[in-house]
Amino acid sequence: MSDLTCKLLIIGAGPGGYVCAIRAGQLGLDTLVVDAAPPGGTCLNVGCIPSKALIHAADEFDRAKTFAAPNHLGITAAAPEIDLGKTIDWKDSIVARLNHGVTGLFKKHGVKLVQGRARLIDGKTVEVQGETGKTLIRCETLVLATGSAPVALPALPFGGPVISSTEALALRQVPNHLVVVGGGYIGLEIGTAYAKLGATVTVVEAAGSILPQYPANLTKPVAKRLVALGIKVHLNARATGLAPDGALLATIDGTDTALPADKILVTVGRRPVTAGFGLAELRLDMEGPFVKIDEMCRTSMRSVYAIGDITGEPMLAHRAMAQGEMVAELIAGHPRAWDKRAIPAVCFTDPEIVSVGLTHEQAQMAGHDIITGSFPFQASGRAMTTEREDGLIQIVARRDNHLILGLHGVGAGIAELSASFALAIEMAARIEDLAGTIHAHPTRSEAVQEAALAALGHALHI
Amino acid sequence: MKTITIKLPDVGEGVTKAELVEWNVKIGDLVREDDVLGAVMTDKATVEIPSICAGKIVWLGGEIGDDIAVGADLIRIETEAVIKGAPVAEPPAAAQAVAATPAPDPAVAATGPAKDVTTPIQTSAPRPEGAPVLASPAVRGRARDAGIDLRQVKGSGPAGRITNQDLDAVFAATTATPVAAPRRTPQSGIVEEKIIGLRRKIAEAMSEANTRIPHITVVEEVDVTALENLRQTMNSARGERPKLTVLPYVVAAIVRAVADKPAMNAHFDDDTGVVRRFAGVHAGIATMTDKGLVVPVLRHAEARGLWDMAAEIARLSAAARDASARREDLSGSTITVTSLGPLGAIATTPIINRPEVAIVGVNRMQIRPHWDGSTFVPRKMMNISCSFDHRVIDGWDAAVFVNRLKTLLENPALIFIED
Repeated sequence: MSDLTCKLLIIGAGPGGYVCAIRAGQLGLDTLVVDAAPPGGTCLNVGCIPSKALIHAADEFDRAKTFAAPNHLGITAAAPEIDLGKTIDWKDSIVARLNHGVTGLFKKHGVKLVQGRARLIDGKTVEVQGETGKTLIRCETLVLATGSAPVALPALPFGGPVISSTEALALRQVPNHLVVVGGGYIGLEIGTAYAKLGATVTVVEAAGSILPQYPANLTKPVAKRLVALGIKVHLNARATGLAPDGALLATIDGTDTALPADKILVTVGRRPVTAGFGLAELRLDMEGPFVKIDEMCRTSMRSVYAIGDITGEPMLAHRAMAQGEMVAELIAGHPRAWDKRAIPAVCFTDPEIVSVGLTHEQAQMAGHDIITGSFPFQASGRAMTTEREDGLIQIVARRDNHLILGLHGVGAGIAELSASFALAIEMAARIEDLAGTIHAHPTRSEAVQEAALAALGHALHI
Repeated sequence: MKTITIKLPDVGEGVTKAELVEWNVKIGDLVREDDVLGAVMTDKATVEIPSICAGKIVWLGGEIGDDIAVGADLIRIETEAVIKGAPVAEPPAAAQAVAATPAPDPAVAATGPAKDVTTPIQTSAPRPEGAPVLASPAVRGRARDAGIDLRQVKGSGPAGRITNQDLDAVFAATTATPVAAPRRTPQSGIVEEKIIGLRRKIAEAMSEANTRIPHITVVEEVDVTALENLRQTMNSARGERPKLTVLPYVVAAIVRAVADKPAMNAHFDDDTGVVRRFAGVHAGIATMTDKGLVVPVLRHAEARGLWDMAAEIARLSAAARDASARREDLSGSTITVTSLGPLGAIATTPIINRPEVAIVGVNRMQIRPHWDGSTFVPRKMMNISCSFDHRVIDGWDAAVFVNRLKTLLENPALIFIED
């Protein structure tokens, strides 16, 4: 058993942990990161990045399919085929490149990476079980960044045909029948991709709508597109178990039904990883299933910080990254505190949903007197010329001083608008700021300016 | 009937407290809405506090002259009016409920769209409690680095956004009272600086002096109460003349003391082994300049009066500081005085200005308790720390000389009495 000491020890090399490590390295802190998997965490290895690769491949395949049929553009092409194994190899090569990139950034900034499974001894001592044996690491400051894992349904434990998003992103053959349990963004993203790749996809959602946390005006275009792609969505439906032939047993509208399935993808949520590495022995204050933190990501134990998915919703990589950066600077002695006004959320469904700040309903619940404005892509030249006129942009602002409280949208390829949405709210922009900014023509971003003008009562193009 | 509390509003400019200068009401008075209740004064302005409702005054938050913190309870009024956003004093649960409701900025609500409002400072209400601060990330970061609480800063931008200019105003207003220092950060890096010019000359002279001269330093305590009284009297009648510092008195005392101990006013040429005693006293005045230590010379101190010396010292130090000192101003001293003024410490170990043989260090003056035989009395005390070249001056002579200086400075009349 060898011993190591460091100033800063980070458990978990996901987006929170690795950003924290890089920033700490830049600030000259003697930093060490522990992770059993290659650096990058869920996001890079089995989450955001692989799913976006799969979605991209599915979109390209879907486009090729449209050219094999009569189309407006007058393009004729042969019916496409896909070797999903090859697609997955390509996806893996991208993941490997990014793993390598993170490792390189660690090296560049003097961060040490220890591969292995960490177990907390106390708030300053961690034992790491690696391939070559145990290592005891002593640190001055500990950052917990252990992330989250998919939740399993008791009636449908993972294994056999029942898979989580991790396995769904590594299938080497497109399943004939894919049943997705859980109509949240992860299930819909992957389900849509497999539908485009040729699978018959069925979604089983317990709530009364897909993407239950989003307002109806944002989810409606997505629901419409699911239908167009031939995806059957069962709402108010409960998965009850697995039939011997692999079919999913579900109660739909009070009726027991068997849904034929080759694979059953369970995406009913993610839970923070707070067990299995000795966290309970630290007896940190918890907040529900999450580790309780203050505005500096400090836990109830001195010199122990927590960042990312184990600290609460929204469980998003960019939130973890911002926390990681802040914590590194705090540990280096800089005055910092969490003062973000907005954390953008994007669903890479088809069409994409972007939501930043308060929705219409949330703003009213918070007691704000609001005005809203929206602009449909039907009236956008850019949308027409790209054959995707579904969706809209909506702005939510205070009535008294026009301070923007929320910016939301649904539309093809609008994920990139999240940047301007977040910037507007973080800069405390008013409706007039967006309305008075020239937006390039012809782009989808014009809809943002038009929504602002609509809120002021004088939209130009509708 | 309920009681509402008027808090001291955020009067802007980063002001965190204000002095209560006027009460226009007393407990039991009936007031109408907009009646002036009182006034507070900041560094910049007097701000009147209007009543936000009609009612009866039941409590006042301080006496005239008190400092009141921004946001502190200033006055309580018993009223039946319904005021949105105003915290109700009792019961506490209700107060929280009202405060939690984001109320529109009263100034805006009262007068229409925000952009048309010119908000007089009296009516600028504080940001509703718990409402987020509106500022760009850059402004927030700058404030955080400087330790400024943005909740205390008034935003002049749209919707009350705090702009960079608003922060500039805070910085300008707080230069006199520095804000809390940013948290300490470990720093790395080494700055190498080549020692050239005056600094090199100083370095060489200091190391020569310290290696070649075995120093003996004598520290003595001096009661300068009488001297200070004299100085004050002379200064109060000085007319157009420059103010007298302690320095001319010290030089004058040295002139008297070296008359008894001429060995102190000398050069020791250790290469040839010759000591030269001087009839004239040319006092080097150690002077701090931007570039470093310079020692201009007060020539023929023995022939000058106090005012003359004061004027010449002022001229020399100014010349040394603006680097206009002539060569003869900077050479030929026979004994040196060094004083760090208010920073002068309790004791120092001055290094002799070679080839001189003595240096008189003046330490900080402070009031210390002094036992006069029956009780402690406050006396203005000042130490003098004097170093001597022990090769040519014995400890006994050094002590006698320092003691003579002490006697002269404690009884300043002796300095001026002709023998």
